[in-house]
Amino acid sequence: MKPVLGESKARKRPLSGTGFTPFIIRRLLTSILLVFGVTFISFSITQLVPGDPVAANLGQSAYSDPEIVAAFEKEFGLDQPVPVQYYKYVTNLLQGDLGVSLSSKRPVAEDLKEYFPATLEIALVAVFLALIVGLLLGIISAVTRDRLPDQLIRVFSLTGVSMPAFWTALTAFYIFFFVLGWAPGTGRLEPGGEPPPTVTGLFTIDALINGDFSTFKQAFSYLLLPAIVLAIYAVGVLTRFTRASMLEILGNDYVRAARAKGLPEFTVIRRHVLRPALLSIITVAGVAFSSLLAGSVLVENVFSWPGLGQYAYRAAVGLDLPGIMGVSMVVATVYITMNLIVDILYRIIDPQMKDSA
Amino acid sequence: MSAILKKFKRSKNANSIWRQPLAVVGISIIAIWTFLAIFAPWIAPYDPNAQDADKFLTPSAAHWMGTDELNRDIWSRIIYGARISLPYSLLLVVLSATLGSIIGAISGYAGGKVDAVIMRITDVFFAFPGIVLAMAVAAALGPQIRNAVIAITIVAWPIYARLVRGLILNAKQNDYVTASALLGSSALRTMVVDLRPNLSGPVFVLASLEVGNALLLLSGLSFLGLGAQPPAAEWGSMVSMGAVNFDRWWVGLFPGLAILTAVLAFNFIGDSLRDALDPRTAKALRD
Repeated sequence: MKPVLGESKARKRPLSGTGFTPFIIRRLLTSILLVFGVTFISFSITQLVPGDPVAANLGQSAYSDPEIVAAFEKEFGLDQPVPVQYYKYVTNLLQGDLGVSLSSKRPVAEDLKEYFPATLEIALVAVFLALIVGLLLGIISAVTRDRLPDQLIRVFSLTGVSMPAFWTALTAFYIFFFVLGWAPGTGRLEPGGEPPPTVTGLFTIDALINGDFSTFKQAFSYLLLPAIVLAIYAVGVLTRFTRASMLEILGNDYVRAARAKGLPEFTVIRRHVLRPALLSIITVAGVAFSSLLAGSVLVENVFSWPGLGQYAYRAAVGLDLPGIMGVSMVVATVYITMNLIVDILYRIIDPQMKDSA
Repeated sequence: MSAILKKFKRSKNANSIWRQPLAVVGISIIAIWTFLAIFAPWIAPYDPNAQDADKFLTPSAAHWMGTDELNRDIWSRIIYGARISLPYSLLLVVLSATLGSIIGAISGYAGGKVDAVIMRITDVFFAFPGIVLAMAVAAALGPQIRNAVIAITIVAWPIYARLVRGLILNAKQNDYVTASALLGSSALRTMVVDLRPNLSGPVFVLASLEVGNALLLLSGLSFLGLGAQPPAAEWGSMVSMGAVNFDRWWVGLFPGLAILTAVLAFNFIGDSLRDALDPRTAKALRD
């Protein structure tokens, strides 16, 4: 079986060493290139589709005044040719300047600093919940393969990934807020509630840092329901994945050997099956985390959660290119960083594994 | 493809999809929705856009699922909604599977630099928050269900490209492909005649798993007001009406259940197909 066309492995590349440092440098470089790829693609796609950001951001009367339109275009650089706009965007980006939002008229970086922690907070809690439940269900599913618990969990996790998040959010809100009165309502704090002094932007953490336990309790009670709704999809994914990776390992000879030497089943599962499976499960959790950031668009809409999703929505509707690019950059950077960390972890844990990227 | 069709045929084959209870449930639900969609004018008790009743009637014998803000019968609107959600999510999957397969085939067949560039582009798309881009494109093109389909296709193709590229790389190593190339087949002929049969099965399974996601994204965009526009009876936009009047539980609950059942049914089918076509099982069948 000789590889055909263009599959030659012997190509010499710079940094092609198999050592740890060239590996890290190479992965870092590809990650940075990916981030620029994201800016390039989002820029081109938003330019390719017709749509007039000026009309979307100016009122009817202002739009009919050519002077105001010209001033608006000049202010946001929309009068420049597209390649120039992109060049400017990237050079500014290198200095940490993400441009000015067309809809909020504030620097995008400042906007993101305000909205990102809100989403990060529910996404972190969601991924934590999803990991616990997903791992547990996945393990039960794998050890009871094809028997009743496995079948039930299969239906359960498929239902989890089939629920429209916006509807789940709405239904949960109706039941737990309107009927039962257990959930406090929309937003991050009660109306007029004083946010804790900003350190991380995560209200719960900031409140704890400040030693303000009642604000912590309040912030936590507000974030719990959106986080649970957000977690449901991830639970489905993680359950399926945990089951699959455990079953794969259960088929190995060394598991049979461990059983044969008389280890209790619990020890076999914990030490010889779960532990090797854990790394790949955490990989998926990392990827699930960045998909939660994006998935929060629909959930935040229902809970009026002032996060990245709401910001992305406003930016999209207002054809606010810098805003859209800013959100894409944040989410993509989280995704790319997660992948990078996981790749490096793999490499540390299993040095034999050759770079496959 | 014939392997899949065989799975669908009633047979005594142990791997027949009819032996899988979840698949049977899924196929039945989709059959019901398809039936409702086709015969909507005869089944729906009311005109979906008629504003004849009172507003916000609770579910009753006359209006099984109540009425909405504009006095319309929700059950009738859900039946008509199947005419939007189902065909458009299928169309969406067909479009993105076709686009992704073509790009993946080019990537896998050409190899070298072309392959590297295309694969880096798919990397970027994977890193991308798909819904954010889809929202932006849908908003720019103008909120319409057709534009939402285009917007989602733009973000949904890379997964097919990856799959097809991998399959082509594998299939290319077969001796019959080399033989065919030696006999002077053109690249296109090699791809269509020799390589394509290796692709249909896995692409079909992936596509079947993606129909549910397509429906979720599409109704999500409509929920946000970036897909189907009122007065169209689209399930996602019906739920958004329930979000505005969240204290009238029936307004949002039933359209959401419609989405859930349809997506769940597609996922039941996709998941069972994947099980049925599991390479180890498939191999065992051949031996």
